[in-house]
Amino acid sequence: MASTTTVSKEDKINYLLYIADTALILSHRNSEWCGHAPVLEQDIALTNIALDLLGQARNFYQYAAELIGNNATEDSLAYLRLEHEYKNLLLAEQPNEDWAYTVLRQFYISTFLFYLYQQLQQNEDEQVAAIAAKSIKEVAYHVRWSGEWVIRLGDGTKESNQRMQQALDFLKDYTGEVFIAANYEQAMQIDMATIQKKWEEKVAAVLNEAMLSFSTNNFSHTGGKTGKHTEHLGYILTEMQYLQRTYPNATW
Amino acid sequence: MQETKNNNTSAEELKKAVWDVVKNIPDPEIPVITIEDLGILREVIINDKNEIEVIITPTYSGCPAMDLIGWNIKTELEQNGFKNFRITNVLSPAWTTDWMTETGKQKLKAYGIAPPNKKQIVCDTELFQQDEAVPCPHCDSYNTKLVSRFGSTPCKALYHCNNCNEPFDYFKCH
Ligand SMILES: [Zn+2]
Repeated sequence: MASTTTVSKEDKINYLLYIADTALILSHRNSEWCGHAPVLEQDIALTNIALDLLGQARNFYQYAAELIGNNATEDSLAYLRLEHEYKNLLLAEQPNEDWAYTVLRQFYISTFLFYLYQQLQQNEDEQVAAIAAKSIKEVAYHVRWSGEWVIRLGDGTKESNQRMQQALDFLKDYTGEVFIAANYEQAMQIDMATIQKKWEEKVAAVLNEAMLSFSTNNFSHTGGKTGKHTEHLGYILTEMQYLQRTYPNATW
Repeated sequence: MQETKNNNTSAEELKKAVWDVVKNIPDPEIPVITIEDLGILREVIINDKNEIEVIITPTYSGCPAMDLIGWNIKTELEQNGFKNFRITNVLSPAWTTDWMTETGKQKLKAYGIAPPNKKQIVCDTELFQQDEAVPCPHCDSYNTKLVSRFGSTPCKALYHCNNCNEPFDYFKCH
């Protein structure tokens, strides 16, 4: 038998759902831009990112479903769970508002996922490691795309700088949750301190270059990881789960 | 009952027969290249009961073509009389454009898509990197520029040729 597995099955399932839900909800938010982005190329970029995130979410859901058993599938996990069963970061469900909010939210989450997958690709669970190694190449693109937009807008015109600053001032209260570990997260034995340090350095470098003012923030909204969400998630799920709720067991 | 192919051949022959049948299945999104050219088709395994396992791997996590590719492999094998097979989708090791065959790259270029460069460091988050120098598939000029890192499918980027003025897709290295 392989090494010292100390993670309980329940903790692992919850952790897989936490990452999958975060990727799915962010993917859904990005897909709301489809047909509405400022220019065609960026519309395509954002929908591509949404597709990558959806694929990553599917891989985590499929693995979680396998561990759960009981006829659970990726679809039942995505379409049939209730709001309080979703574990995504509150940051992921925040509304698109304008392009500034969208690219900053993406930059925050992609940067986190990048450093997380760096560690998870060495995880003792081979399936988790495989998904992380697959995903990190995609996430590197997302970090670059979103980070460049934060700088382009922050260090752009007076108007774009103001919009970027507004997004930053609003979203800052949701970034702390990323690093406040839920119980199931602690069980996964991930070195969150290192991820947080790298994340803060990368974010500070980009925000500096973007001429945006920020300060370390000790306050953060929390609850997403344990199913206590902002009012926005309910609306997302209502739309996303509409078909399965209206026509139960419908398939393609 | 007609005898299935599985029974008549040795494991080595069976493996080759399966490979030869499925290797020419086209990629649904870029039909000029096959799943073998792309490196999506990884392996055919025959166990001691002469059961067949076809191993495939996705290009990108969200590649919507994988379900269709699996379906096409199934159809192709059934039509050619193979039984007792299954198709397994693996993620590790992660797909890379390094696995694309030379033939595949030539077919892409002839189709008007610039083939991937030799692998570079893709897991790098440094911003505003110098764009990859990609020769135009129409006129071979290096006087091209990146329009968008994301194109019509996850595997492609949008470029523009300053020499012949044509836009083109680049199958980005991954
Ligand atoms: Zn040209």
